[in-house]
Parts: sequence; C-alpha cells; structure tokens
Amino acid sequence: MNLIAKPSKDNIKTYVPIGLFLVSLSFLDVFINAFFNLNLMGFLPSQLSYFLPLILGFIGFYLIRIEFSGVHSLDVLNKNINSNNFNALLTLFTIFIIIKSIPPMLDWFILEANFVGNSKDDCTGDGACWVFIKVWFNRFMYGLYPDAEQWRINTAFLILFAVVGASFFVSEKLKKYFVLFLVFVFPFLGIKLISGGSFGLEYVESAAWGGLSLTFIISAFAILFCFPIGVILALGRRSSLPAIKYISIGFIELWRGVPLITVLFMSAVMFPMFLPDGTFIDKLIRVLIAITLFEAAYMAEVVRGGLQALPKGQYEAAKSLGMGYWRMNALIILPQALKLVIPGIANTLLALVKDTPLIFVVGLMELAGMIGLAKTNPKWLGMAMEGYVFAGLVFWIICYAMSRYSQNLEKKLSTER
Amino acid sequence: MIFKKFNIENKKARDLIPQAITVLALLSVIIYFATNAQINMGNRGISFGFGFLNQEASFDITFSMIEYDGSHSYGRAFLVGLLNTILVSVIGIFFATIIGVVVGVSRLSDNYLIAKVAEWYVEIFRNIPLILQIFFWYFAALRALPLPENGISFNDISFLTIKGWYVPKFIWTNFNIFLLSVIAAFIAIYFINSYATKQREQFGKQLPATSISLATLILIPLITFLFLGVSLTFEYPVLKQLSSTVYTYEGGVSIIPELIALALALSMYTATFIAENVRAGILGVGKGQKEAAASIGLNKNQILKLVVMPQALRIIIPPTTNQYLNLTKNSSLAAAIAYPDIVLVFAGTALMQTGRAIEIISITMLTYLTLSISISMFMNWYNKKMAIKEK
Repeated sequence: MNLIAKPSKDNIKTYVPIGLFLVSLSFLDVFINAFFNLNLMGFLPSQLSYFLPLILGFIGFYLIRIEFSGVHSLDVLNKNINSNNFNALLTLFTIFIIIKSIPPMLDWFILEANFVGNSKDDCTGDGACWVFIKVWFNRFMYGLYPDAEQWRINTAFLILFAVVGASFFVSEKLKKYFVLFLVFVFPFLGIKLISGGSFGLEYVESAAWGGLSLTFIISAFAILFCFPIGVILALGRRSSLPAIKYISIGFIELWRGVPLITVLFMSAVMFPMFLPDGTFIDKLIRVLIAITLFEAAYMAEVVRGGLQALPKGQYEAAKSLGMGYWRMNALIILPQALKLVIPGIANTLLALVKDTPLIFVVGLMELAGMIGLAKTNPKWLGMAMEGYVFAGLVFWIICYAMSRYSQNLEKKLSTER
Repeated sequence: MIFKKFNIENKKARDLIPQAITVLALLSVIIYFATNAQINMGNRGISFGFGFLNQEASFDITFSMIEYDGSHSYGRAFLVGLLNTILVSVIGIFFATIIGVVVGVSRLSDNYLIAKVAEWYVEIFRNIPLILQIFFWYFAALRALPLPENGISFNDISFLTIKGWYVPKFIWTNFNIFLLSVIAAFIAIYFINSYATKQREQFGKQLPATSISLATLILIPLITFLFLGVSLTFEYPVLKQLSSTVYTYEGGVSIIPELIALALALSMYTATFIAENVRAGILGVGKGQKEAAASIGLNKNQILKLVVMPQALRIIIPPTTNQYLNLTKNSSLAAAIAYPDIVLVFAGTALMQTGRAIEIISITMLTYLTLSISISMFMNWYNKKMAIKEK
C-alpha cells in the first residue's frame, strides 16, 4: 500500500501533530543556535546539520498542508504562509533570517551597548556607544546655538505645537483665526524669537543655527512659501495667455530638470554674482529661497494634475454664475482640485523634508551635518554607525508619521464625497 | 454694435496687460542680474567665456573611465565627471529595477510573511533621506570591512576590502568581432519575434519565440569564440606587500567604496518607489481581463505574457522612467562622499580653481536639463505610442 499517503482529511490526526512537531523542532533548532550558540544537531555531519532545520521544516509544512481540513486555524495558516512548496520554503527562509538576525541586533542596540558615562572611554562593550548620542544630543538638536539661549527655540516650537494642538479642539469659527495666526503671524514671531536682536534678546546669527531644529525651521518656511507659489505656477501653466503660460512652463521645467544640489550650489556661488557688489544676503535666506523655488516647481505639477482632473463643467458652471477668473479659481476650482491631490502634496512635502540635509553643501548643518561634525571630532572617532542610525531613526519617525497622516487625511476626505 | 466691439477690444487689452507686465518684470530682473554680474566680473578681472575649458586642469581625479590626469583640460575633466555620473546611474538603475520588481511582486504575494517583509522594506527605505543612507553605507557599513591583507575573498577571484572591491579584469582579444556578433544576434532576435507575432496573428500558430531568441543570443557569440578568434582571459587581483604593514592588490579592477556606497544607496532607495509602481501596475489590470483571457483558453503563462503584462507595463513604465530620472539627478549627492561625479569634479573642484561660477554652474545645470528633457520627450513619445487607441 502506499506508505506515504498525500496529506488529506483522512490522516489529519497523524499527520498534523507530526508536521507541527517537525516545524517547531526546526524553529527551535535555529532559535537555540542563534540565541545560545548551541548546535543541537551537532552530532550529524556538518553540512547535514546546517540544512537540517530547512529540511525538517519543509517536510513538516508539507505534512500539515491539508486542504479544507475543517480546522479553522490550520486553514488560515495554510492559506497565508503555506499554500504550496515554494511558499513554504520562502516562509522558512524568512523566519530563519529573522530569528538569526535578532540576537546580533539586540546585542548591538541594547544588550552590549553602553548608556552610562560621558566620554568615549566609557564605551567598553561591543555594542553601540549611545553615550555619544547622549553627550552630543544638545548639538544634534540645536546645532551651535548657544546653550543659554536654547529656551528660545524650545519656546518657539512649544507655541507652534500648542497652537496646532489647540486648533484641533476649538470650534470651526475660531479655527480660522488659529490658521491665520499660524500662517501670517507666527512665522515672523518665531523667527524673531530665535534670531533675537531686539526685545532684549541676544542676537544669534544664522550660521550658528543647526541640528534638528534647523530641519524643522527650513521645512516649515519652505512649505509655507512653496505652496502658494506652486499654486500660482500651476494656474499660470494652464492659463490661456501665451506669455504667462510659457514663462510658467519654462520656470517649472527648469527647476524640475536639475538636481537640488546644483540649485544650492547656484545659491551659494552663482547668486552673489548677480547682486550689486557689497550686498549680502544671509546664507540661510538664500538656501530657503533655493529650496522654496525648487519645491514650488514640483508642487505646481502636482496641483496641475488636480486642475486637469476636474471636469470642464465645473469651470463652465462657475463662469455661468458670473464669476471672474480669480473668484472662480479660489472658490470653485482650487478647493476641489487640491482635495484630489492631497497624496501628491503630501509626497512633495515629504520630499522637501527629506531634502533638507542637502544644505550641507553651503555649510549649514542640520541633523546629518551635525553628526558629520561630531564623528570627525578627535575624541569621538569611529561613531559613524551610532550617529547615522540615530539620525535615520529620527528622520524615519518624522517621515513615517507624515505619510501616515496624509493617508488618514485622504481617507477622511474621500468618504465625504 | 458699438458696445460689442468695445467689449472685444476690451478683452484683448485685458489679456495683453498682464502678459506685458509679466514679460517686462522678467526682463528687468534678467537685465538687473546681468548688469550686476558684468560689474562683479569686471571687478574681479574675469570675462565671461568658455575658453577656460581648453586650459590645463592640473588636478587629479580618483576614478576615471577614460584616460585622464592633471595635464588634460577642464573640458576633459567635465567628460570624466559626466561619464562617472552615467556609470553610477546605469548601475543604480539596473539594480533598482531588479530589487523594485522583486519587492513589488512580493508585496502582492499570497504569502503573508513575504508581503509584510516587502511592505516594511518599502516603508523603511522610502522614509529615510537618501543622503543619510549614502552616509550610512559609506561612513558606517563599508568602513567596517577588513583591511586588504584580510580582505573577504570570494574563491580567491575577487576581494572585498575597506579600500574597495577588487574584481578580475576582462582581457579580450578581437572584442570588435564579439560586439558585432552580439549586435547581429539582437537583429536576428528582432526578426524572429516579428515573424512569430505574424504567425500568431495570421495563422494562430504559437512559436517558441523566447527559447529560440535565447538560443540565438547564446549561439552566435559562441561561434565567434570557437571559430573567429575571439577569446577572453581574466586578470585576477593579487595581494602585494608594499611595506611591512601596508598591503594592496595588484591587477584586476578596483571598484572604489564611494561607487559601491552610492550605487547601493541609490538602488535601494529608488527600488522602493519602483516597487510601488510595479504593485500599482499589476493591481491596475482588472480582474475581468484575466478571467476573460482564461475563458478563451489561454494558459497561465500566456495570460501573464499576452494580457496582464502589456497592460500593467502601460501603467508601470511612465512613473518608473520618472524614477530613473530622479535616480540620475540624485546621483549628484555623490559630492557628499567625494565620488568624482560631474557635480564634484566640475561644480566643485573646477569651479574652485577657475572661479568661473556662472559658466560652470550653467554648464552643469544645462547638462542635467538636457538629460531630463530628452528623457521626458522620449516618455511623451512612448506614452503616445502605448496609449490605448480608442475607436
């Protein structure tokens, strides 16, 4: 008789326990190997013991692959990770790699890492030296901004977060004033607070600004300015007036065709040549203008997508009500068009935040730049890994939160229609 | 009657005024900048012109695909930088496409684990700034590699060390004949495929076009090896002791760590966007299309090849070309880790030496602009060709 019957509902009682046992045995072997450095199957020839978990797991998965077994959890398991031989192999590989990579990661990040101390000599373990991050944390956040004045940056951001947070809870009518305050008053108030020079605040030149707070400042201002410019450029590109149309097209395509780094180079070395001798525009402002114009071109293309997607009837309806060009766009067209392209707008803003580290080319140092500075400090050589892992984590949290928020916004707005 | 005429003229005037204002404003800004530039350059004693491109550059470049040293001209240095940019872009595009397609398809896998891993790959690498990834690979990961004397050896053929990756060098004899044979093979494949399509469309015959093409591609170049005197030998890198503690490899080709870091970061970052395009493309083909194809008796491979892929590619290719373009532009981040691309060599070193900011930045931007515009023109042409022709 056939000794090895195909797994089916008839032999489920014998096959499933054996299969599950083999699968768990294979996982257990890899787990013990990875975490305790013990080789359970060490008595076997080396090559065999190396592949044994894979073989055991594969046979185990084969045995439990029973269609319509009637056991709900087994069916779910088979459907999701064990639908055929190839999938079973992929599953095994994935789980093995995950199990294998956990111990070294855990060691480096936590178990062997150093948290206590305040110099490189305190880092005795094999893992990460988080002391580096701890000691330099202030610099990573505020750049070369004087320690005694850092409360000003904190206050500015606290006000920002407080106003943004409060605006979620107030009535619609008040919300309008909150937004107006944020867009028209706060930016100038905040920048005055940070730069100082009046009201008894000590003046801090922009070359000293840096760290994560600079990333936020640049992003916030660029977002603020690039949005209206982008909308105007998009309208210009769709204008029926040829001169305006072609100037807009030329402008948009010029910025979109070159990398940001060359634009920043331009703002640093070429732009001063275009100004009257002796005029000096602050480096930070030049960079801000460069990034704003660059991102505005991308924003314009996103908004144009929304404008094109609107049916012609909307324009005609607005015109038949006797609306002029600006009223039609402001009240009818743009609100609908912008709603359509929220994902695109969010992506552009995300790209803007991710582009801010590039300001290193003009000598400004935000988070990544400060890490570059810290890791070349003679007392802290060899800390590149910790620094960039930290910076990557910080940026990842910011960008991931932004993309999540935009997805939620998109969902929220799409249900309304 | 008079009123109507007045209205028309009024509209013309209304159109003219904003245009005139815009053009005038733009012109005055340009003129203002140009005058200032002239005055500034006059003060510094330099005159506008591109003659400096023929002057001796007198700086070295660490990595060059064509013959170059300090005695060559700035024009030649520009070419070296451009070629290096193209090299890293091509490598990046190649690997980004492979990783992107694999990850994109994995995201749609019915294996829950694989789909999740692919999803997290995309979420992680897309949300970290590219420049940080480049820094990570260059300053953190590749610096952890061993010194030349204990380099990681792959079968003693190639060695991975902190100074770069040493791979065997290809030494061809009669390379031209080989190249011609490959071109001939591609022409043959083109005719085979069009013949197969014709047979399929006219008579409903299925020819194994793919396997025949593959055989042609292997056989024709093989013949040149056997009968036409083409041969290929390898020059392997060999460890050599320079002094008591300093070792290096001789022979072979050295791939510098800057290039590795840049290519790794560019391809892994761009792959996340390509993966999303691939996923959207495959999801974008309606279920009805597959069912219809199955109901007329096509098998699984035929459905994929004849029904799903042509439609999915129509969705995938335009945004993916855009990503290729982005990758090429992003390769300018090379300047951050001193990979000698066009920005570092030309807008960096050459500008520093000559002080000709306007000319050099213009040339650099124009180069990228030409690249972008030619690719987008190609894209528009391709889109028109591939667009569904509705009747």
